[in-house]
Amino acid sequence: MANKYRRRLARIVLGVFGTLFCTALAFPFYWQFVTALRNPQDLFKMPPELFPSRLSLTYLRLVFAEHNFGAYLLNSVIVSSISMLLSLIAGMPAAYAISRVHFKGRSFWSKFILSANMFPIIAVATPLFITFRSLGLINTYAGLVIPSMVLTLPVTIWTLRAFLIKLPIELEHAALVDGCNRFSAFVRIILPLIAPGVFATAIIAFIGAWNELMFSLIFITKKALRTVPMAIAMMPGEYSLPWGEISAASIVSTLPVIIVVLICQKQIIAGLTAGAVKG
Amino acid sequence: MRKENLLGYLLIAPAVALITFICVIPLSQTILYSLRYYNLTDQANERFIGLENYFKLFSDSKFYDNLANTMIFAAVSVVLQLLVGLTAALLMNAASRGAVLVRAVVLVPYAIPGVIVAQMFSFMFHGDFGVLNALLRQSGILSSAFPFLAKPGWAMACIIITNVWKQFPFVALLLLSGLQTIPAELYESAEVDGAGALKRFAYITLPGIRQMVLVVLLFRTMADIRIFDLVYSMTGGGPANTTSTLLYQAYIFLFKDMNFGLGSAWSTIIFFIILTISLIYLSLFQKEE
Repeated sequence: MANKYRRRLARIVLGVFGTLFCTALAFPFYWQFVTALRNPQDLFKMPPELFPSRLSLTYLRLVFAEHNFGAYLLNSVIVSSISMLLSLIAGMPAAYAISRVHFKGRSFWSKFILSANMFPIIAVATPLFITFRSLGLINTYAGLVIPSMVLTLPVTIWTLRAFLIKLPIELEHAALVDGCNRFSAFVRIILPLIAPGVFATAIIAFIGAWNELMFSLIFITKKALRTVPMAIAMMPGEYSLPWGEISAASIVSTLPVIIVVLICQKQIIAGLTAGAVKG
Repeated sequence: MRKENLLGYLLIAPAVALITFICVIPLSQTILYSLRYYNLTDQANERFIGLENYFKLFSDSKFYDNLANTMIFAAVSVVLQLLVGLTAALLMNAASRGAVLVRAVVLVPYAIPGVIVAQMFSFMFHGDFGVLNALLRQSGILSSAFPFLAKPGWAMACIIITNVWKQFPFVALLLLSGLQTIPAELYESAEVDGAGALKRFAYITLPGIRQMVLVVLLFRTMADIRIFDLVYSMTGGGPANTTSTLLYQAYIFLFKDMNFGLGSAWSTIIFFIILTISLIYLSLFQKEE
């Protein structure tokens, strides 16, 4: 009997602790959300209202109407989507090779690709800046897409690989016996089976490119071509006390990503953990 | 077999070529620049100067200050990420009903860009209008406005807290995957033998995730040494350079001062620090295989 009560007590303690823990961790995001929706007159009220008594769309309207945020959003969407697509196109064959093809030096090339993930961007930034300047890639989408894509490539390859090696190899063998060649076996049998994994990989690659700041700071000098992270990083210097605008801009640019991540959380968790651990 | 080799090379060729052009070749160029006097504002005097940039770097107290800042930042960040991440992982593993909620809380910071996280926390830490100041003043702990981000020591603490919030999801998810590999029977038989919760944690849970903790430690250390976006948008290295890190300082040399020679020397040093850690990391995997 005593054991039963102890168990119940343990569950209650766990529940209370878990709730407190989650509340603390969720608070910064809640605060951002509330700040974005505050009435401008309440923004600098001290102490701030933890639960605002009135809400307003003023700041949301302001970032689009006055701060040209729509254009930055579009820049980020274009750069991140193209980076993600190209990264999948170059990454898919490589992932297949390092998980299914027995070629000489496979272990070396796998590590070569993985190690690019650990590269400090700063160590390649100057030569890239000089090369891109002579090629006329400064202030172009291509100048951002190329490095972002290469940056996300290692993670893309390792995540895809993790999904690929989970498939039983017999499936592929059976397809080969049935007269498929390797390419058609990949397209008809493997690809449909790892489609959720490919989707998760795409989101992870997209977020990787979406978060990128340093390349934009170095390769973009025109205001109209700024990406979302760059535009938000610049806001404090350009406006005084821009917290309402910053919060509104942040919510607009993160909420869609958060929703997608939460919907596909199972696959994304599988992908994120697989990228770091050899399966 | 020959055909298999050819297929393999053909398939990895695009990825390897891209990584070579964007990472390997520029890196070797950076190392070459680090051996030159190369300043965009003084291009007429560009010349080979051997290791002079490195002598200058190693005799500058700024380097050691930045190195210390970077190491303190990385070490404290990683330890705290491990604690918060482990707590979240244990909660996700234990709570069947609340797991969905914990998972959502864990995934949100992952999806938010570092710059935005930096701005969120800057506002909360703000001396005049920040919610932290408001709460501390209401409860009587503070009597007047305290600008956390402008006080030496406190500014670093703020950046570390921000970084922990942004990065603990990765740790939590990896540790969770480690926890899930521990067979439930182990816990059950330990309970039958009368082992309490603490004992079970110390003798089953911790050894079970030891390998994963090691992976997380190295992975996060490498990433945290490269910290840039939070420093750039929260403090700009201040106050009095107390939050300036190696990579941030290299960025300032390269793209504010346009001193490509010295900046490249700093970047090369950063590269070798990270390379050392990544070699440890890879050899760890080798042992596992």
